[in-house]
Amino acid sequence: MADLDVPPQVPQSKTRDLDKLLLRHGNLVDPGFFPGPDLRDDIRDYVRILVVGAGGLGCELLKDLALSGFRNLDVIDMDRIEVTNLNRQFLFRLEDVGKPKAEVAAKRVMERVSGVEIVPHFSRIEDKEIEFYSDFNIIALGLDSIEARKYINGVACGFLEYNEDDTPKRETIKPMVDGGTEGFKGHARVILPGVTPCFECTIYLFPPQVKFPLCTLAETPRNAAHCIEYAHLIQWEAVHHGKTFDPDEPEHMKWVYDEAIRRAELFGIPGVTYSLTQGVVKNIIPAIASTNAIISAACALETLKIVSACSKTLVNYLTYNGGEGLYTEVTKFERDTDCLVCGPGILIELDTSVTLSKFIEMLEDHPKLLLSKASVKHGENTLYMQAPPVLEEFHRPKLSKPLYDLMGRVQKDTIHVFGTALKNNEKESCSTKVRVVFKGADGVADMDTAIGA
Amino acid sequence: MIGLFKVKEKQREESQSNNGRGASTVKKQSAGELRLHKDISELNLPKSCKISFPNGKNDLMNFEVTIKPDEGYYLSGNFVFSFQVSNMYPHEAPKVKCKTKVYHPNIDLEGNVCLNILREDWKPVLNINTVIYGLFHLFTEPNYEDPLNHEAAAVLRDNPKTFEYNVRRAMMGGQVGQTSFPRCM
Repeated sequence: MADLDVPPQVPQSKTRDLDKLLLRHGNLVDPGFFPGPDLRDDIRDYVRILVVGAGGLGCELLKDLALSGFRNLDVIDMDRIEVTNLNRQFLFRLEDVGKPKAEVAAKRVMERVSGVEIVPHFSRIEDKEIEFYSDFNIIALGLDSIEARKYINGVACGFLEYNEDDTPKRETIKPMVDGGTEGFKGHARVILPGVTPCFECTIYLFPPQVKFPLCTLAETPRNAAHCIEYAHLIQWEAVHHGKTFDPDEPEHMKWVYDEAIRRAELFGIPGVTYSLTQGVVKNIIPAIASTNAIISAACALETLKIVSACSKTLVNYLTYNGGEGLYTEVTKFERDTDCLVCGPGILIELDTSVTLSKFIEMLEDHPKLLLSKASVKHGENTLYMQAPPVLEEFHRPKLSKPLYDLMGRVQKDTIHVFGTALKNNEKESCSTKVRVVFKGADGVADMDTAIGA
Repeated sequence: MIGLFKVKEKQREESQSNNGRGASTVKKQSAGELRLHKDISELNLPKSCKISFPNGKNDLMNFEVTIKPDEGYYLSGNFVFSFQVSNMYPHEAPKVKCKTKVYHPNIDLEGNVCLNILREDWKPVLNINTVIYGLFHLFTEPNYEDPLNHEAAAVLRDNPKTFEYNVRRAMMGGQVGQTSFPRCM
């Protein structure tokens, strides 16, 4: 009964799927794609990816990236595992509740995928030095807040440098792949600072947050959410003077729930439940495992594409809606060339002796700026404020100092200026980024030939 | 991109042995702070409003505004408001509380202020100047329709003369109903 037509079984390689993408040419590859085993091995040996967040998206991302041939991963998350995570954060088990997410996630993936090295970081993203982030080739985000995304975006765009012709320097581009989910909806986007819009460029896309008027909460509540917010925002402060409300503290949440129930009974409003209380206070929307899986898969795939050029990358924003059926769409958003975070700004070359007040005068005549009454900020340091009077007086002594000294004697850096600009014969309030480059900043500055002296 | 990564990895190994820092001054850009700085540098306050920085003049995210109305029921009173601006500004409104205990239909005894632009009507296009003008307006035109303090609102609606008397009494440090107020003029 030998089946002579069936070929002998060849043991299949673990990388057989990846090989189809990396070892052979295709019609959709990016220019700069060089197929071959070297490419696959270089990804394994040299590429370092940071996964931010080890929750719903983070667990999926770690799994997807480890199985996609990446061997050097880091994961950062400041939270500990909770029971409610277990329906979708599949790397965690009941006995892991209370342990740091990053550490357990790293351990579990390393157990299942041989050869992968995952370094966990149980910390807040803000607590890492900027240099930590510069070590990675791509940063994959599985975050749950606008604030955290703004922070990482600021860090990644901080690495971006521009050439004299205002084109971005390729080697300073730190790609980010950002995923986000909410119930049945999600998005995946590719951010290449200086090329695609950064997070700040498109921040206007977010709808305004739902906020109830305080007087409605106080006088005329009409639904369960009003009762909950009254207890959360007004009653808490009135009873617990000074003690900050902590949404992660079960006792605090229970107190708010009890008060909300009482208020709801007073006004005859149905619907206050403990889980609604948590939802309203913490802005929680129930999470669905499949949405997380879909979005993380898109992000992991984009990461692989950026690194290998094996296919054209997403340009640049994918939306997904699985609420009724299945809907996806890719939109190409445009960069804001005036973006204060990722834009090139204006390049200005200065002599090291130019004083701050001379610089402010120069801004008025600079053809691309025509900025009058300028205030100047360098990173976290304010150099000068035109108003209000109390601050103007405070910063006034710096006007006579050389800008080079005020900026810490670096050869070049970025500053921001604000003031009134004349645009189309109309005065308009304006903020601009300025790339300052100091000539003669090698210690041989000749004071007498300085333009600003 | 992969060629770039290999080169970078070698550079990283070299620079680690040299202990050199790659980018000279890598700074994180915070768009919210920049926008706040712009708003503050463009403040155009009337004489009745003064700004101060109790946390030091380098911390623009926490400041106080003192309003001294020059007309209306609250003429000559001094009312201090604390402003807390978060990193999410301008997408989140600044958090404003009244630090002076005041008899006012739209400000409760805990200092919560019912002003639409601070909550449901906040838009990123608004700024610190508009908020301060909004607060000023609360004193020149208190309204009994959206009350946080319903007793004060009822008195204003039914008996403005009594309301005027109550406001003056509260500002001078007296008692209105069951509540005593600190002097603020």
